[in-house]
Amino acid sequence: MAEPILTVRGLVKRFGRITALDHADFDLRPGEILAVIGDNGAGKSTLIKAISGALRPDSGEIRLESRVVEFVSPLQARAAGIETVYQGLALSPALSITDNLFMGREVRAPGFMGRWLRKLDRSAMEDTARRKLADLGLLTIKDMRQAVETLSGGQRQGLAVARAVAFGSKIVILDEPTAALGVKETGKVLDVIREVRARGVSVVMISHDMPHVFDVADRIHIHRLGRRLCVIEPTDCTMADAVAFMTGAAEPPSSAPA
Amino acid sequence: MLGLIERVRSLLHSEPALVPLTILAVSVAAFGVVLGSRFLSPFTLSLILQQVMIVGLVGAAQTLVVLTAGIDLSGGAIMVLTSVVMGHCAVHYGWPTPLAILAGFALGAALGCVNGWLVARMKLQPFIVTLATWQIVLATNFLYSGNESIRSQVIEAQAPLLQLFGRPLEVAGASLTLGAGALVGLVALLSYVLRHTAWGRHVYAIGDDADAAELAGVQVRRTLISVYVLAGVICALAGWVLIGRVGSVAPTSGQFANIESITAVVIGGVSLFGGRGSIFGMLFGSLIVGVFGLGLRIAGADPQWTYLLIGVLILAAVSIDRWIRGLAA
Repeated sequence: MAEPILTVRGLVKRFGRITALDHADFDLRPGEILAVIGDNGAGKSTLIKAISGALRPDSGEIRLESRVVEFVSPLQARAAGIETVYQGLALSPALSITDNLFMGREVRAPGFMGRWLRKLDRSAMEDTARRKLADLGLLTIKDMRQAVETLSGGQRQGLAVARAVAFGSKIVILDEPTAALGVKETGKVLDVIREVRARGVSVVMISHDMPHVFDVADRIHIHRLGRRLCVIEPTDCTMADAVAFMTGAAEPPSSAPA
Repeated sequence: MLGLIERVRSLLHSEPALVPLTILAVSVAAFGVVLGSRFLSPFTLSLILQQVMIVGLVGAAQTLVVLTAGIDLSGGAIMVLTSVVMGHCAVHYGWPTPLAILAGFALGAALGCVNGWLVARMKLQPFIVTLATWQIVLATNFLYSGNESIRSQVIEAQAPLLQLFGRPLEVAGASLTLGAGALVGLVALLSYVLRHTAWGRHVYAIGDDADAAELAGVQVRRTLISVYVLAGVICALAGWVLIGRVGSVAPTSGQFANIESITAVVIGGVSLFGGRGSIFGMLFGSLIVGVFGLGLRIAGADPQWTYLLIGVLILAAVSIDRWIRGLAA
């Protein structure tokens, strides 16, 4: 078994009297798609936010490639190679695909224009954008100057994922990537997620949608009452089993690691 | 037919300045046909540019703020106060004129910084912040100056540099002033910055969706403050140009520049919801107001017709913006 790329041990986060994370553990292996499921309020969002730097845990340890990391902002987590695609996607609808893909990481033109007049290298950015989208099988998008609001929901999700993996990230966290999509669009997005895995990037996917989870995930982390209840493989269990573990209606098999 | 309408809409979506440019061209042609050479003379057309110079400069500052989904009610007041400070420093305190001008720019930047800090750090609404600073700056202007003007002859004798932008500039037979040249130059410069630099794209992104921009890695607060500081500096430039335009330093001049600049921005197709529009649109918008004003005056109409028509234009511009943005849904 490969050494995990990301390990979390004993993470605790309290909000006043509410304990959102109660000594939670978490393991992500390189190049896998790990789904995180759990009932509302189980603490999976808090867990993901701690990993992505959006909030600081009270105690516990996060190791990225066996080095301890302490992120104080999402930008730090990103610099370390952990990208998060939020449910709102964080895209600017009126701006172009290229502008969005490079937002905050723009490329300046070489020479005098770039150095002194801070001119952006539009054509280089558009070429890169086209290549990155093509890599993930999003060839249906032709014009990189197209405004994002003219894209379909699935194309926007694809663009957000493309942005997350475009700059050499090791881990991509997807928050409900299929929540607002139709059947056909969902299929495309799941293909994009598999394509991301094929490129060696580890994927964490939070989802409520059991068919999608069982369709795409290599392993499923079940979160309950602020900690990891168990990790199952979609081949070993049924969706009904997973839901039963998640809601506490059934005990997880003793073989599953806790 | 429906396909054509959609094509037009999508074209306007990508080039929002086309609407005001068309209205400008049509209104110039219409007044030209009706009034003939009384309107279509180099003198009249350059007079329009002279008249919209101040509104256009404050409008440039306004455009930057509106693109971030804000609004600046204090721009006109900052312009007047900086012109008064430049005049006082140069004439009453005997400072070297360049230093007096620099003091005006520093004040403009500082006032813009206050606006920006309150908006970006304190998370106060731009409308409320600038409503307050508008009153404060305007009152300071009257208290500080004692409501006294500095006469044109005095400035000419002691600090002629203050009137720099009133100097003539011959362009293709038309007699303009350096101030009009400064306006066109500034608009061209800002257009480049907004379109072709990362800072410009961030300004649009913040107006479009500030939270999304933040999550994407844009330094939202820093960029917002820089926008308000730049707006203050541009208003100080407008203050300098104002001295060239009227000759004297008058604390009562430019009273409605804030409202007129918002009018220019809206007619110019810049969305008050932020993130959409172009700085050239604002220039066309201010020229439309100037063309209507002077055209109707030459035609001998009651000046109230100008205000009435501008009111109609504002409503039309906002409706068109709504329609273009409807493309998103």
